[in-house]
Amino acid sequence: MFPAAAKPNGVLPGFRLGLGYTLTYLTLLVLIPLAGLILMSGQLSWADFWATATGDRALASYRVTFGASFAAAAVNALFGLIVAWVLVRYPFPGKRFVDALVDLPFALPTAVAGITLATLYAENGWIGEQLATLGIRIAFKPAGIVVALIFVTLPFVVRTLQPVIEDIEAEVEEAAASLGASRWQTFSRVLLPGIFPAWLTGFTLAFSRAIGEFGSVIFIAGNMPLISEITPLLIISKLEQYDVLGATALAVVMLVISFVMLLVINLLQWWAANRHSKSRDGDGAAGAVALAGARP
Amino acid sequence: MTARRATAEPRWVRLLLTGIALGFLFLFLVLPLISVFWEAFAQGAQAYWDALKDSEAKSAMLLTLTIAALVLPFNIAFGVAAAWAIAKFEFRGKSLLTTLIDLPFAVSPVVAGLIFIILFGAQGFFGDWLAANDIKIIFALPGMILATLFVTFPFVARELIPLMQAQGRDEEEAAVSLGASGWQMFWRVTLPNIKWGLMYGVILANARAMGEFGAVSVVSGHIRGETNTLPLHVEILYNEYNQIGAFAAATVLALLGLVTLVAKTIVEWRMRKETEMLTAELPPEKTELPPSVVTERP
Repeated sequence: MFPAAAKPNGVLPGFRLGLGYTLTYLTLLVLIPLAGLILMSGQLSWADFWATATGDRALASYRVTFGASFAAAAVNALFGLIVAWVLVRYPFPGKRFVDALVDLPFALPTAVAGITLATLYAENGWIGEQLATLGIRIAFKPAGIVVALIFVTLPFVVRTLQPVIEDIEAEVEEAAASLGASRWQTFSRVLLPGIFPAWLTGFTLAFSRAIGEFGSVIFIAGNMPLISEITPLLIISKLEQYDVLGATALAVVMLVISFVMLLVINLLQWWAANRHSKSRDGDGAAGAVALAGARP
Repeated sequence: MTARRATAEPRWVRLLLTGIALGFLFLFLVLPLISVFWEAFAQGAQAYWDALKDSEAKSAMLLTLTIAALVLPFNIAFGVAAAWAIAKFEFRGKSLLTTLIDLPFAVSPVVAGLIFIILFGAQGFFGDWLAANDIKIIFALPGMILATLFVTFPFVARELIPLMQAQGRDEEEAAVSLGASGWQMFWRVTLPNIKWGLMYGVILANARAMGEFGAVSVVSGHIRGETNTLPLHVEILYNEYNQIGAFAAATVLALLGLVTLVAKTIVEWRMRKETEMLTAELPPEKTELPPSVVTERP
């Protein structure tokens, strides 16, 4: 840290104004409303809460939500690694354009993604038609949820890996090669362990975003209770039946899971930062990850 | 070149990986983007324009713009205030505060909508009082503004905090010790330094504010011509099997997304250029140092 930090709150003005405004705004807009959710769930007895949170439909919705989120994050982990590697290492025409395009899912409203993917993967859609001849159906099935979540969480792994791959020192690879390692050995034994914490962070960011996603999923999911109904949709259907307490119970479950994910992400990033103490605070990556996840 | 050979993949591997990466991105990004416009123009340009000129589409666009215009100033002011306090001063609980600012990103949009129903809805904590005083928040504009404020809350702050931390406080301290007032210092020193970072945060917050679906959907009540934003309008038309109408409205949002991408890329480019100007005086092998080190030059 710089020496000035040792002398707390030196000559600069505006500390009270800045912090006061921040705390007031945070309390009014975020803390009180979230506390209201917890308070409302207190109106349920423990038995009622438990019955709602672990009802058949709720349990099935957790399975669908977590299963699809995990599958989507795993697909993005694999392809995201390849995309990040290609974008950093290989020259090809139009690379800057492709690089900018990776952030599209963050810029495109989720409802647009939802109706577009549903149309593409429906049986008469461009992709759905091809898959139907192979006997594969995606739209209005749980697989459709995975497709929507792959789209929505696509940038996370790419954007967390890019700065880390950029920072790999050439000496490391040269040393491995000069000691007789094949290219694949160098990658799997030397490079992969180095980028692993960032890779896992990207996966977790994608997974955590996928769990809460709503807009892109509902159009393609089919939304069959017990089969293809995600937890956020179940919350809404409880609300539409004026069952605010039921919706609250499920929302508390989701909120707790969000907190756990936030904690895991913070730990992972701390690990990645320690492992890669020289990695830059990549501006573009920070901004991209900023869009929907936790701190890079 | 021979030294580089040993640390590069064979040509066929490079081609294969490039092919896989571009194929994946084409399938999941480019094809959907083309499809939006393709579906919107499926029955020709006339049908497309008619769908856009529809009065409900127009009022949805107006509402979306109104919400963004009302939400952004609050979150900009908050972002600057929070970043100022966190980046330029030391105090206890700072890392907790930073984590709390990120909280809205971790919460599902549906939960973000629900918390305002719990506060202000008919069965909510203030529901009776609001009804007695004839104030409508839920299923009306105020609720949609609150939900949008919540989901776009962290954008500006989290762009500015690392940027202002990296810039340190030397320049502001110099301005103050030379007799500048607080506002002079802010307008002439701080704001010019953070303008690109601020713009970056605003671009992202704006895209989310205009495109938000889940949170706004929960509190809007879907009253046609009144509480339908453009994304909600897209949903209604799609569910009515009005494919042209839904995709015509979707093209407006897709264009918003594309403009966001272009603006974001330009701002990123400007920020990189300014960092390069800062690092130009350092020896070449040190240009990769983190910004905090870069700005610590004597």
